Amino acid sequence: MPRPGFVLEVDRSTPPTLFHHGEGFRLERLPTGSRVVYPPEPLAPLRDIDAAIRHALLHPIDSDPLPALLFPGMKLTIAFDDVSLPLPKMRRPDVRQRIIEAVLDMAAEAGVDDVHLIAALALHRRMTEAELRHAVGDRVYDAFAPRGLLYNHDAEDPDGMAFLGSTPHGEEVEINRRAAESDLLVYVNINMVSMDGGWKSTATGLASYRSLRHHHNVHTLQHSRSMMDQERSALHSSNWRMGKVLRDHGPKVFQIETTLNNDTFSPPFDMLQKREWEWGVRDRATFLGMQAALHRTPRRVKRSIFHSMEAPHQVTSVQAGEVEAVHRITTANVYRQQLVEVEGQADVLTMGLPYICPYNVNSVMNPILVMCLGLGYFFNLYKGKPLVREGGVLIMSHPTPWEFHPVHHPSYIDFFEQVLAETTDPAEIEQRFEKSYAEDEWYRHLYRTSYAYHGVHPFYMWYWGSHGLQHLGRVIVLGGDPKAVRRLGFMPASTLDDALEMASDVVGRHPRITHFHAPPLLMADVS
Amino acid sequence: MSPERAGVAPGRAVQALRAGRRWVPRPRATFPWTAPPVPRGVEVPAQPRKVGADFETEWARSDAARFARALLLEGPLRLGVQALARPEVHGRDRLADLRAVRPVTPVIFAANHHSHLDTPLLLTALPEPWRHRTVVGAAADYFFGTRVTGTLSALALNAIPIERTRVNRRSADLAGSLVDDGWSLLIFPEGGRSPDGWGQPFRGGAAFLSVRTGAPVIPVHIEGTGAILGKGMNRPKRGRAVVTFGAPLRPDAGEDARRFTVRIERAVNALGDESSSDWWTARQRAARQESPVLSGPDLGSWRRAWALGDSRGRGLRRRPARPRWPDLG
Repeated sequence: MPRPGFVLEVDRSTPPTLFHHGEGFRLERLPTGSRVVYPPEPLAPLRDIDAAIRHALLHPIDSDPLPALLFPGMKLTIAFDDVSLPLPKMRRPDVRQRIIEAVLDMAAEAGVDDVHLIAALALHRRMTEAELRHAVGDRVYDAFAPRGLLYNHDAEDPDGMAFLGSTPHGEEVEINRRAAESDLLVYVNINMVSMDGGWKSTATGLASYRSLRHHHNVHTLQHSRSMMDQERSALHSSNWRMGKVLRDHGPKVFQIETTLNNDTFSPPFDMLQKREWEWGVRDRATFLGMQAALHRTPRRVKRSIFHSMEAPHQVTSVQAGEVEAVHRITTANVYRQQLVEVEGQADVLTMGLPYICPYNVNSVMNPILVMCLGLGYFFNLYKGKPLVREGGVLIMSHPTPWEFHPVHHPSYIDFFEQVLAETTDPAEIEQRFEKSYAEDEWYRHLYRTSYAYHGVHPFYMWYWGSHGLQHLGRVIVLGGDPKAVRRLGFMPASTLDDALEMASDVVGRHPRITHFHAPPLLMADVS
Repeated sequence: MSPERAGVAPGRAVQALRAGRRWVPRPRATFPWTAPPVPRGVEVPAQPRKVGADFETEWARSDAARFARALLLEGPLRLGVQALARPEVHGRDRLADLRAVRPVTPVIFAANHHSHLDTPLLLTALPEPWRHRTVVGAAADYFFGTRVTGTLSALALNAIPIERTRVNRRSADLAGSLVDDGWSLLIFPEGGRSPDGWGQPFRGGAAFLSVRTGAPVIPVHIEGTGAILGKGMNRPKRGRAVVTFGAPLRPDAGEDARRFTVRIERAVNALGDESSSDWWTARQRAARQESPVLSGPDLGSWRRAWALGDSRGRGLRRRPARPRWPDLG
């Protein structure tokens, strides 16, 4: 029986606490009286995943069984989540492969010929062949990709998008034309956090800039408190309004959603998801050996090693059918794995940021993504109230190198050099710079033909953290490159004591401190 | 310089030659170091020959033999297979769930059979945890016909004798008890290598054992080994082999071995189709029950050879005889 998450109060007997620190780790001794929020242990997985998938397809929620929706001569499109999920990538076979093969098996039995598979990546970079193979499996890739039937969504293809209508709020809904004109759109989703899935899969994953700008903006994200809490997320509401347009004017959608447990690190590195006082001799020896090796390893090599690691994630649920009904169950399953009850807010929130976020898979975690991971994702992993009070301090640990992947993140480089050099205010950035980056022909070209994120993507990353920026009194980056950290508008600190000293200017000498002990992911339910 | 001139005494053999005698070395070892001589007029009763289906192979599953075999498999056999067949292996991901089960689930690999290369190829292609804990069902009359071939087969391939010409309870009992003990089994249900490049009907051994032991059957399709070392070829030719593992099959409730055999054969046929076309095309054909059968069309022999095509039948062609001048006497 997996143990639920819990909150530890640090005393003199508490061992140092693990902080992820990019492609490395720190052990920090938190002041007595601090609290550490630990994630729940991984839930037990489904025993027979393939049987569970088949059951979900044959007994969907508020929908006819999938075989009843398939007929000869129909246009079937299968869209699936891109490389940003799950994190880290899961061991083969990926659950998307299992589901897609099961769907295609039923399609073959129904005599369906016209099938397209689309990686629903919105404005993310295109997936490489290796990444597609990992997600859908070699069999599906070899059968469809050489004939041009398996491809990446292209949000800038002027002939490839279809306008479906607008919401009462004036939000335009434009999605991939092939998907829009299909008799059935099957969406294959992986839910890592409660923000994923539902109408966001199609209304965002298959959309264009014209559609996305209506909810990927500063106003929406500052009014999403948090974006992970569907009942209080403006982002969620906007996607659901768009979903209504999709339902009324778009293709029939058969949504398949899955949840994974938070088993993130495989042996011998599984001590990274154990509580520190439970590390055995082998765990401590492994950690010491790993630290010694990492200190002597060039960053580039460390990055390759970390990104090659595959997580032992296991599937905890599969549900299929009508989008909203399915997503309600999915969200409950995500909460079942991740929610931890926490009483009261802190003055200082600390967190260790790992080497990976959704936008640097097989790539470099540049300073903008550090900000996005800390203030966008981890800060927002709450229900109710943020873990830190308004005006409090966030201390996040990451080396934050001034380094960018030139192929994946070309517009990030210019954003960092030009935009952040002038201002870090999200609203001003949005107003002054967004349009020129979003419509830049060179960035469009790189997005469509290379493996670059769209020109507007670094803006969205900055907006992602806008609620955190608005809420916090100060952000301190522990162990970060001082120049890069200052460019972000944050303060660098070399030790935790220094960081706490800096924080005392804002929150006083005796702050309440909470440490967010992730990954594995957790979501704080703050009362 | 002769030995005499050099002042060296000639050897016993030289002396014997000079004396005009045949030199016969004196026997050094006698009974009990050697076999006892049989007195004249005495008839020794024939000892039962422990070969064929009765060959004893338990020693080949001892720790020492397993260690020796692991060295052999991961060393020379793997290198040899790599050099000859450059194998491509597909479908291992279909076994991921079974591989994760602890304790390890014994399985029955059922593959089509073209060549002597199939066994080492499959043994090197098997994923862990089965690779070093699999016994191979080998024809008792062929591989265990003598003590030497039997010993080599048992040691190198972990083979056990399977009677293929008549029903033999011992073969079935041995295979069943090994599966019960946690050993996996590699079996070629066709009963022998393809004589003409096409497959042969599956026999019921794999299905029978699965029904009896509850072990899942993993259908496996092998392509290309017939052209490398097919039946009738004296020398191997380098080529490319493709191994495709299928999803595990279990007998349905109430399904007997005969019907299960049909299902296993159909699964291997579908894998063959997948190997020669692509997964989606194969699935569509399988759904329409139009998967090409490995046993080929029911036609005359030359038309079957014709239908086999160039790539699969290449290895079976005889090399053209070397042109010679006519013998004019």
